[in-house]
Amino acid sequence: MAHVHDELLERDIEAYLGRHENKSMLRFITCGSVDDGKSTLIGRLLYDSHLIFEDQLVALESDSRKVGTQGDAIDFALLVDGLVAEREQGITIDVAYRFFSTERRKFIVADTPGHEQYTRNMVTGASTADLAVILIDARKGVLTQTRRHSYLVSLLGIREVVVAVNKMDLVDWSEETFRSIETDYATFAAELGIDNVTCIPLSALLGDNITRPSVEMDWYSGPTLLETLETVEVADDVINGPFRMPVQWVNRPDHTFRGFSGQIVGGRIQPGDPVRVLPSGQTSTVSRIVTADGDLEEAVAGQSVTIALDDEIDISRGDVIASGDAPPAVADQFECQLVWMSDDELLPGRPYLLKIGTRTVTATVTRPKYSINVNTLEHTAAAALELNEIGACNISLDRAIPFDPYSENREMGGFILIDRFTNATVGAGMLNFALRRADNIHWQSLAVDKASRSKLNMQRPVMVWFTGLSGAGKSTVANLVERRLHGLGLRTYLLDGDNVRHGLNRDLGFTDADRVENIRRVAEVGALMVDAGLIVLSSFISPFRAERLMARELLDDGEFIEVFVDSGLDAAEERDPKGLYAKARRGELVNFTGIDSPYEPPENPEIHLDTSGAVTPEDSALKVVDYLRSVGVFD
Amino acid sequence: MTLSHLQRLEAESIQIMREAVSESERPVMLYSVGKDSSVMLHLAIKAFYPSLPPFPLMHVDTTWKFRAMYEFRDQRVAETGMDLIVYQNPDARDRGINPFDHGSAMHTDLWKTEGLKQALDLHRFDLAFGGARRDEEKSRAKERVFSIRSDQHRWDPKAQRPELWSLYNARKAPGESVRVFPLSNWTELDIWQYIYREDIPIVPLYLAAQRPVVERDGTLIMVDDDRMPVDPNEVTHRSVRFRTLGCYPLTGAIESQASTLTEIIQEMLLATSSERQGRVIDHDSTGSMEKKKQEGYF
Repeated sequence: MAHVHDELLERDIEAYLGRHENKSMLRFITCGSVDDGKSTLIGRLLYDSHLIFEDQLVALESDSRKVGTQGDAIDFALLVDGLVAEREQGITIDVAYRFFSTERRKFIVADTPGHEQYTRNMVTGASTADLAVILIDARKGVLTQTRRHSYLVSLLGIREVVVAVNKMDLVDWSEETFRSIETDYATFAAELGIDNVTCIPLSALLGDNITRPSVEMDWYSGPTLLETLETVEVADDVINGPFRMPVQWVNRPDHTFRGFSGQIVGGRIQPGDPVRVLPSGQTSTVSRIVTADGDLEEAVAGQSVTIALDDEIDISRGDVIASGDAPPAVADQFECQLVWMSDDELLPGRPYLLKIGTRTVTATVTRPKYSINVNTLEHTAAAALELNEIGACNISLDRAIPFDPYSENREMGGFILIDRFTNATVGAGMLNFALRRADNIHWQSLAVDKASRSKLNMQRPVMVWFTGLSGAGKSTVANLVERRLHGLGLRTYLLDGDNVRHGLNRDLGFTDADRVENIRRVAEVGALMVDAGLIVLSSFISPFRAERLMARELLDDGEFIEVFVDSGLDAAEERDPKGLYAKARRGELVNFTGIDSPYEPPENPEIHLDTSGAVTPEDSALKVVDYLRSVGVFD
Repeated sequence: MTLSHLQRLEAESIQIMREAVSESERPVMLYSVGKDSSVMLHLAIKAFYPSLPPFPLMHVDTTWKFRAMYEFRDQRVAETGMDLIVYQNPDARDRGINPFDHGSAMHTDLWKTEGLKQALDLHRFDLAFGGARRDEEKSRAKERVFSIRSDQHRWDPKAQRPELWSLYNARKAPGESVRVFPLSNWTELDIWQYIYREDIPIVPLYLAAQRPVVERDGTLIMVDDDRMPVDPNEVTHRSVRFRTLGCYPLTGAIESQASTLTEIIQEMLLATSSERQGRVIDHDSTGSMEKKKQEGYF
């Protein structure tokens, strides 16, 4: 480090280290655009807190001359603009983490860009921040982007905001300008429910009120930016809340010890405390809090520990060990705020993986109730969510999970959504509350079940799912199969794409979102018919793997038989029995599968029918019937 | 009770390691014998205590490390009871790749980058812990804690998964693997403070001692064995220490009298050049680390 003004460091290193060991840590996010001088501000903090090494300084000086924007002066922004691509473009394009440290605190700064399209990055950076520094250009005042940043900060539950009114040197250090921005912001913050706001007039370029009080602005008697960051008390609601620990790993070195390892995300715990394990609801008492440094008398939120219990109860990864007096609720349907982070839009009805705490479940999202315009905070109707859009949705899980509202506990109420095929993290959300709906609807247990109906019908019920391009021959083959099965005295029903759209799915169009909903309804209806003991044939283009998988998962093993009717695009278009390809080619029909909407072929269909050439539909149908016999659907 | 910054960093690293182990089939910890590896191993032992960490250590060796590093490695493995895999790229060994005849770029590429890929493929590891920190180098500041690599071990900085809260997405397609960096949020100063607080063993080369050195392009290089071509007259004995450890012909020493841990920290706090300066590999060009990482280097 360039230099540290600390006598103790030179005189008594052990005392110095002892003092530094007990420093606290503050994580904050900086919000603002390149033009607001954000990188300059961070560069200046790093520079003025003396954490730049000499060789970095030499590189910085030479870079400043080469690509800097400050003439011969040092361009602090170059300290923080990392990747080659963005150095060339002159913008930061992702979340970067910076570190600096003072006598009192260690700081982790999430540096995120202020561009409109990068809501995703800001939300990511804000998710772990205790405080936000929002930059305002003194010449411009509170802008649309200031509102956007403040809204996202409040959405992610940050309660401490420092407003850095930058470039005061360019408004002649005017107190009037500063006060008017301060007043404007206060009004806006109150609307958003941000309680703790500190406004500081400063110049990142010249260093005024960053680490040293400004001589030019003697009318300002408040703390500098660094002083504020060093002394701000971050309210620790979580540590004072009820005990919560999601189990990460069951620790079983040998038969004499069984503990549950995890990071405490709420409250505190001591040996002897009663606990409840969720979602099972079993209760026990903490016998030991085990760490490599010896057993603890008490552990608090933030610590990673291993807990042993008095009773041998069944606990696995994903369960939550919680306070016996104040356990979290358990539910499988919620209202949530959802931030979409993928280029592929959110498709209501499509199953995604949801990870919350240490548990991963399958989730489907309903059509958004509304999306939020982050610039005006207005609610607008939305059918889906696109990249960087935020909406309020209901979300439904395949099993119940323990949770707390995000506003009470970030780790118990924050989740990510993962695409089941690309494995990308496509969304992030915050649970607001559980919907009562799920609590009140119980499965009616029925005396006559699928097995008994199946026996009476003397057939094994299945769903035979024909998928393929329009014109590939799905309906033709499915019809022939049904006729043959009927002829054999079997009980069947054919669900056909076109027919269903005349009734059950009359309200749906051909967008990706509607296609997903179309298939979801058909799959549910088909599953009921299988339960009724029928052999169900369904003939739908069903272009997406995800929805075909959803249909498969509604049924028991061996009940879903996927038939890929594969003619290839050329043959289907050549046939064009309904004249649709011609229309699509002329641009009269949009979202047509194979033309301007994708078809994802099955990877491992039970039956693959090549219908491109000489094989007759009768032969194809026979192949399906033979398969059904071979897997015991009928004798 | 407020946790100190070291307690928070420790708890976070432990949480990361437990997640990584829970969400992978065949994890491994890359162990480079340096101080960051020492801290990472120490944290791993804490994370899974009283069990032993459920993964082996792997040292991707170049045959050109300091002798003291090999001794230290074997001693730590014996003390901790961990399994150790040592991998040396057979191709590099057959061709006798070394920094003197082939240059640092080829030496590093074949022994380390290629060696690492071969070792991961050979053992079919689907997750590897690495000790990299975000404060080391600018391109690291944006790397995720869980970083997905293609089946060719390539890193795509444009397709990184957002990481929110402490939720990590470790899902991957067959053939892909994950690199996990539990020390992402640690700085060099944190590492030294933690080594001091926890009394973690480190290779003695970090402490100043009289060592035989020669000067090469303004850098002091220690003559660790007789494979190094030197003129006997140019070798001098000086009190030096190392801020980072790697292949001895590629690792610059600094002149120092700091022979205890606290003296090192003191000297570092008052020091004037940053950590990676001693590493010859970084000097090739701006953005060199980013390029190496895209190619599969850690």
